[in-house]
Amino acid sequence: MPVALEIVSPERLLISRPVEMVVVPAEEGDLGVLPGHAPMIVTLRGGFATLYEGAAPIGSLFIAGGFAEITPERCTVLADEVFRPDQLSKSAAEERLYAADVAWEAVDKMDVAARDAALAELQIARAMSAAAEAPLPQPIAGPGVM
Amino acid sequence: MPSLKALRIRINSVRSTQKITSAMKMVAASKLRRAQAQAEAARPYAERMERMLTELALSVAGSTAAPRLLIGTGSEATHLIVAVTADRGLCGAFNSNVGRAMRALARKLEAEGRKVKILAVGRKGRDFLRREFADRIVGEVSFAGRRRIEFADAAAIAEQIGAMLQAGEFDVCTIVYNRFRSVMSQVTTESRLIPAPLPKTPPGETGPVASYEFEPDQEDILARLLPRNLAIQLYRALLESAAGEQGARMTAMDSATRNAGDMINRLTLNYNRTRQANITKELIEIISGAEAL
Repeated sequence: MPVALEIVSPERLLISRPVEMVVVPAEEGDLGVLPGHAPMIVTLRGGFATLYEGAAPIGSLFIAGGFAEITPERCTVLADEVFRPDQLSKSAAEERLYAADVAWEAVDKMDVAARDAALAELQIARAMSAAAEAPLPQPIAGPGVM
Repeated sequence: MPSLKALRIRINSVRSTQKITSAMKMVAASKLRRAQAQAEAARPYAERMERMLTELALSVAGSTAAPRLLIGTGSEATHLIVAVTADRGLCGAFNSNVGRAMRALARKLEAEGRKVKILAVGRKGRDFLRREFADRIVGEVSFAGRRRIEFADAAAIAEQIGAMLQAGEFDVCTIVYNRFRSVMSQVTTESRLIPAPLPKTPPGETGPVASYEFEPDQEDILARLLPRNLAIQLYRALLESAAGEQGARMTAMDSATRNAGDMINRLTLNYNRTRQANITKELIEIISGAEAL
């Protein structure tokens, strides 16, 4: 029985389809979700969520932070922002990285919440620019993609 | 009886008004479709967020260290009311409905001896509230000239509210907006943002809640999830209100167009009668003039 995967951004529902496995970029390392996974709620960092059918990846989406809820039957990804691989541009990523750097310099390091937020944004921007430079994984096509 | 010329001018003027209202109706209809699609597209995220939040909140329930966004400050002395209205008028009672609900709520709270602060989103609401509550408006946001509302707009407002809460400037936050029920009807809704309203589960029924694992830990996730949830609630309200505004404008302009049509018919009838009466009068004058000779 496959995992019912949903990837949602605040603006819209991007993917709703069953997959055999999905790897999500959790805050503390990538997390491969197979059917029957222990129920978890995790935060996400910036990185690719990759869908697998059989042993082969069938496509990826860039997730710019967010949350994921995993139960034995489903995996719901609540992403702050989602980019298709072909939507990532080096210049945009660089701009974002620069802005994140500036924000990081400006942030009050004693304010834990603000510091963590700035750090997370920095990580996302870094991952974005790294992803934009690397050869892009294939985008996701097929049924259940909106 | 007005002269023929005056009637003609009047008919033309009503006709141009009608052209404008019917164009506005058409524009509102197409904007409505877009706004509605946007509001619908945002729904899945909000629903799943709510599900996740419920599970999380239940697992930290009872802990005194729970964040303020979830449980509030514990007092109810100062209320922040977020009034969401449109930036433009000509949409029937849309804006004044929010204004009136808002005024009623503020008066009720003040009668109970609580302090009220107002965050006005949308220009019309600010104008409406400025008359009576000028000193209570602590902030205003306007999307005038914007084509569509982005999530980032809602996130910015949420951040502002979050900062105010941290600074202890209010205890309870309520949002007043028009919920889009259908094109014809928008329902003025008040909903609680802070403390976050959560569905109560009957005691003794813990269900699958306890079995969730959290990574990093509950508090960290909650600390990130709650501001997000606030932003999403605001986003939802903004989108509902945007769709409602277009719906209300469409209805208002539709009836304005119809009224203009009725008016034109009446005036045209009047015009033709006057014209005939004039011709008859002239004929009588000519005939009686000829007879007199």
